[in-house]
Amino acid sequence: MLSKSQARLFFLTATAGFSLVFLGLTVDSIRQVPARSHADAMTPEVLHGRELWDDHNCMGCHTILGEGAYYAPELTKVVERRGEAWLKTFLRDPEAMFPGQRKMVNYHFTDEEIDAVVAFLGWIGGIDTNGFPAEPDLRAPPPATAVSAVATAGRPEKFGQVCVACHSLGGQGGNVGPALDHVATRYTAEKLDAWLANPQAIKPGTAMPDLKLAGNEREELVRWLMTLH
Amino acid sequence: MKFQSQRIAWFFFATCMLLFSLQIVYGFLMAFAHAGYDVLHPLIPFNAMRATHTNLLVVWLLAGFMGSAYYIIPEESNRELWSPKLAMVQWASLVVVGVIAIAGFHMDWWEGRKFLEIPRPLDFLVVINVLMFIGNIGMTTFQGRRYTTTGIVLLVGLVSAALLYLPGMIWFDNHVLDSYFRWWVVHLWVEGVWELIMGAILSYLLIKLTGIDREVIEKWLYVIVGFTFVSGILGTGHHYYFIGTPRYWLAIGGLFSALEPLAFFGMALYGITMARRGGRQHPNRVALYWTVGCGIMSFVGAGALGFAHTLPSVNLYTHGTLVTAMHGHMAFWGAYAMLVLAVISYAMPQLTGRKLYEGWMAEWAFWASNIGMICMTGAFAVAGVTQVYLERRLGMDFLEVQKAVEVHFWALILAACLFTVGITLFVWNFIRYGMPSPEAVQPDGDAAVPAK
Repeated sequence: MLSKSQARLFFLTATAGFSLVFLGLTVDSIRQVPARSHADAMTPEVLHGRELWDDHNCMGCHTILGEGAYYAPELTKVVERRGEAWLKTFLRDPEAMFPGQRKMVNYHFTDEEIDAVVAFLGWIGGIDTNGFPAEPDLRAPPPATAVSAVATAGRPEKFGQVCVACHSLGGQGGNVGPALDHVATRYTAEKLDAWLANPQAIKPGTAMPDLKLAGNEREELVRWLMTLH
Repeated sequence: MKFQSQRIAWFFFATCMLLFSLQIVYGFLMAFAHAGYDVLHPLIPFNAMRATHTNLLVVWLLAGFMGSAYYIIPEESNRELWSPKLAMVQWASLVVVGVIAIAGFHMDWWEGRKFLEIPRPLDFLVVINVLMFIGNIGMTTFQGRRYTTTGIVLLVGLVSAALLYLPGMIWFDNHVLDSYFRWWVVHLWVEGVWELIMGAILSYLLIKLTGIDREVIEKWLYVIVGFTFVSGILGTGHHYYFIGTPRYWLAIGGLFSALEPLAFFGMALYGITMARRGGRQHPNRVALYWTVGCGIMSFVGAGALGFAHTLPSVNLYTHGTLVTAMHGHMAFWGAYAMLVLAVISYAMPQLTGRKLYEGWMAEWAFWASNIGMICMTGAFAVAGVTQVYLERRLGMDFLEVQKAVEVHFWALILAACLFTVGITLFVWNFIRYGMPSPEAVQPDGDAAVPAK
C-alpha cells in the first residue's frame, strides 16, 4: 500500500516535471507567436487601438479570439465579416445601427480613434488561430440564383460595404431591412434621397440608421438604386 | 478555537458574506439584461456589471481563503498568529482596494483583461496586501515549528497563488502574449494552486469532522494534489487552442485537460469515503454537508462540465459562448464558493461558542442554494447549446440567436431566486452567530471527534 512519503514523492516529482515541460513549451510559444500573429503588422495605430480596447473593457461584453463576455458578438473576424466602412459607421453611433435592440455604450470616439480600433480588430483578424472561428458547418448552401450581372453592374462601393449588412439584393445580404430588388418601382429618386439623408424624419423610430453619407455618396447610391426595376 | 488570534478570521468571513451578496445582485442585473431588460444601461453598462460580478467573486473567495488561513494556520502551527495587528491592517487594506476597484469599474477605469480587470496601480497595492498576509502566516508557521502536511500544503498553495499573480502584471504589446500570460494567473490559479488550498482546507475539515487519522487523510491529500498538477499544468493548453499560439497546444491541452476531472473526482471520493469511514458523530453535520458537497459539486461543475467542452473538436464551436458560463458557474460554486462556506459553517460555532448549526436554517441554506445552482447551470446549458447550434453551426446572426435564448434567462432568473433564498438563509445565520467571543477559546482547541 502507498505510504505517505511515496505519495509526497509522487506529488513533488509530478509538479516539478510538468512545470519544466510547461516552461519549455512556453519558451517555444513565445518564439512562435510573433510570426503567427504578424507582430510586424502591429503599427502604432494597431497598438493605439489595443489601448482603447483595453481602456474601455470591450471584453466585458464582446469576445475576441473567443475570450471575453457573451453579451455581444464575437469580433475576431469582424473586419472580414462587416468591412471597415460598416464598422466605422457603426462605431460613430452604435445604437443607431440596431435601434431598440441590445445596446452598446457610445464612447464618442474621434475619427482617429475609430480608425485605430478598426486597425486593431483588423490585426486580430489576421492572427493564425488554428481555424477559429469555424465556418458554420450546417449552414444551408447559398441560393443558386446569384446576383445578376445587371444588379452588380455599376454598384457603388458603399452599397457592398454598408447596405448589404441589413438589406438583400437577389437573395444575398442581410434580412434586418427590406429586400431592395425592384426598389426603383416603389420610390422616386427624391424620396430615396430624403430617406437616406435622414431616416428618422421620414419614419420616426425606424431601424434604418442615419449613415451620415457624404452628398456625392448619397447621390451615387440613389442614382444606382433607381436602376433596380 | 484554541487561540485568541483565530478570531481575525471572522472579519474576512463577514467580508465574504457582504461581497457574495453584492455579487448575486449584479448577477441578477446581468440576467435581466440578457433577458432583454437592460434598463440600467446608461448607469451601469453590461461590461461594468460583468467586471463587478466576477471580481467580487475573486475577492470574496480570496478573502475566504485568507480567513481560512488565519483560522487554520495558528491551530496547525500550535501558536498564536505572529501579528494579529498586521492581519487587521491587511484586512482593512484589502477592503479599501476592493472598494476602489469596484467603484473604478463604474467609472470606466479598468483594463480590458477578463478576470484581471483591476488597473495596474491597484495591482501593486494587491501585491503589498498579499505580502503582508503571506508574511504573517509564514512567520506563524515558522515560529510554531510544527509543520503539518495540511498546514504546509495550504501555505505552499497561498504562496504560489501570490507568485502566480505576477505574470499577469507583465506588459506585452502583443495581445496574444498578454492573453497567454493572463491564463498563467487565471488557469494556474483555479485549476492549479487554488486546488492545493482547496485540498488542504478539505483535509483540515475532514480531520476535524470525521476523526479519521491525520496520516491517512494527508497521504491522500498528496495523491490528489499530485493529480491536480499532472493534469492542470499542461491543461492550461486548453486556453491556447485558438488565441494565436502554436498548434501543438490542441493535442497537449486536449489530452491533459481531459485528465483534469480525475483530480476533482479524487476530491469527491476523498470527501465521501472519509465521511463514511469516520462516521458522522460530529454534531456540526451541516459543516460536513458543505465539505462533502464541495468535493461532489466541484467534480460535477469543474470536472464533468469542464470536460464537456474541453476537447478541441468541441471547443472550436463552443469557445466564447454561453457554454462557458454554464461550466464557470457550477465550477466556481462547487470548488471554491462551497469550500469557503464549509469553512465558515465549521468555524462560526468555534469562534462564537454558539451552536446555530442545529436549526432548520443552516440545512435549508445548503439545500436551497445547491438545488438553485443546479437549475441555474441547467438554464445556462440549454441557452449555451442552443447558441452553439444556431450561431456557430447554422450561421444565424448573433442578435437573432440572443433573442431566441432570452426565455432561458427567465429560467435562469427563477433558479437564481431559489439560490438566493439559500444564500440569504446562510447570511442570516451568519449574522445570528454574532461576533466571535474571547470566551470561546478552549485549551484543547477543536478536538476532533473520535472515529467509529
